[in-house]
Amino acid sequence: MNAADAIPNWDSLIRPHEVRGSMYTDPALFELELQKIWYRTWVYVGHVSEVPQPNDFVMKSIGPQAVIMTRDKDGEIHLLLNRCSHRGNQVCLKDSGNAGSFTCPYHGWTFTNNGKLRGYPFPTGYEGVDNSQLGLGRVTRMSIYQGFVFGSFAAEGPTLEEHLGGARETLDRLVRNSPENEIEITAGFLKHQVRSNWKFLVENETDGYHPQFVHASIFAVAKSGIGDLYSSKSTAVSRDLGGGHSENDLRPEFRRLDKPLGWFGTSAERLPDYTAKMNAAHGEGRAREIMIDGTPHVMIFPNLFVAEIQIFVIQPLSVSETVQHVTAIQFKGAPDINRRLRQQTMGSVGPAGLLLADDGEMYERTQRGVQALKPDYLYLGRGKHREREDEQGFVVGDATDEVPTRGMWRHYRSQMEAD
Amino acid sequence: MAFDANDSLLLCEIEQFLYHEARLADDHQYEAWESLWTEDGVYWIPANGEGGDPEQVMSIVYDNRSRIALRIKQLLTGKRLSQTPRSGLRRIVSNVEMLGRENQDLRVTANAFVFESTLRGDLVWASRNEYRLRRVGGELRMAYKKVTLVNNDKALYSMSFLI
Ligand code: FES
Ligand SMILES: [Fe+2]
Repeated sequence: MNAADAIPNWDSLIRPHEVRGSMYTDPALFELELQKIWYRTWVYVGHVSEVPQPNDFVMKSIGPQAVIMTRDKDGEIHLLLNRCSHRGNQVCLKDSGNAGSFTCPYHGWTFTNNGKLRGYPFPTGYEGVDNSQLGLGRVTRMSIYQGFVFGSFAAEGPTLEEHLGGARETLDRLVRNSPENEIEITAGFLKHQVRSNWKFLVENETDGYHPQFVHASIFAVAKSGIGDLYSSKSTAVSRDLGGGHSENDLRPEFRRLDKPLGWFGTSAERLPDYTAKMNAAHGEGRAREIMIDGTPHVMIFPNLFVAEIQIFVIQPLSVSETVQHVTAIQFKGAPDINRRLRQQTMGSVGPAGLLLADDGEMYERTQRGVQALKPDYLYLGRGKHREREDEQGFVVGDATDEVPTRGMWRHYRSQMEAD
Repeated sequence: MAFDANDSLLLCEIEQFLYHEARLADDHQYEAWESLWTEDGVYWIPANGEGGDPEQVMSIVYDNRSRIALRIKQLLTGKRLSQTPRSGLRRIVSNVEMLGRENQDLRVTANAFVFESTLRGDLVWASRNEYRLRRVGGELRMAYKKVTLVNNDKALYSMSFLI
């Protein structure tokens, strides 16, 4: 299939509760996904706290493209592409730093950190040239919600708020857990690569069916209540938030437990500084509610996964190679809980993570598995018969149901079918 | 630094210790490997270069002694999927140097080159290792092991074996 001129037969590829194996293995489809999803929709790029000072920059990505996220001298955030407007060399090779300008090593063109061409050597060779037309490329649109910076290569389309839709509230819910109502991404990233299609990762993030099996080894030896949250008896729900976004809403279980910071496997007594600050910020009653509910477990399509205490940023490199960039969430002004957030994150995630190495193993084995030609489809029908609507009109299912996956595919198909 | 004959004997003992540690890791002898650690052992695999302050930034592994124990317990369940089947491993530890003493510990460095065979395929891991070794009850024990992978600034595939 040549993506440019063959229109995939979507009715055969994606059905309400099954998808073809080739959805994960077809390189032409991946090229089409770049056009229809990664280089069109809102994609999470970075967090404002990664460039706290004027002239800070950090190297980020949208799919296989590198994106330089800068903060200019006036404090404005920019998403620039790492391609010299002269003959295409990369203007920046550093992961992060502080620089007012970027000089291309090839012929010395220099760009300010807001993307403008500042000058070039031997300028007499460019008589009459309009420098204002020769800035760095940039991500067409940029928008920020709760400090999360998103970019879209589409000039027109939904606003970020519209794109986030039902998932917007989950980011509000996240930052509420910070006494200053702000999170920070300051602990640096682990970059964990898997030989797998990116959609296996997206699906797994809110798959409540796998933890009891994939993570049985760690649940067996660590005192962790996570396993019970994803049992068939759990009162937690899986929720399709629309727009491809989904969550495992664990609050029903945490509310049953009725213990502040129970969601984080600790207690208010063990984090007195954090608790005092939360009480001061919200009042004791409200702080108690927030600390019982905890942070969300939400997959924001297509690439931001907030997993209670950490964020994962999913970056597809090709149809069968994906990198997950992961770091601990930090609550502004709360050092005692932040330390614990880092320690827990480090133990769980990344290439050697007590949890994520095993998820990674599943991604890779599944990628190899779907190379087999039969059966034609992956079966995604778990809990179809017990899907229901919640008070807000979202489709929800039991904790272990495949409601999130079905929602993701419905949205994916609509994006891929759009002109 | 200058070494005398006693140091040569000590260096030989250190090398034997490092080879032994390497073999236990290669052979997935988890309990025996764990027994090489002191009670305050720290196992550190930084990310992104030398890693900065591991108390502040993310590391691939930054295990205190109790987390080393947890890591081993998980492997011993036999259900750690990323090590079921186990990685095929052989490593070379070389360029062993004694850097000096710090309190009761010997500071040692070495290069390591690990060949790993997995379901995904074969991989080579290269690192500079730093150790702090301590004599406990007459035997050398490991109080600290830092594994600085040459490519730790890049995206890495899973590495759930003992490196
Ligand atoms: S390619 Fe950048 S200056 Fe020539
Ligand atoms: Fe998992």
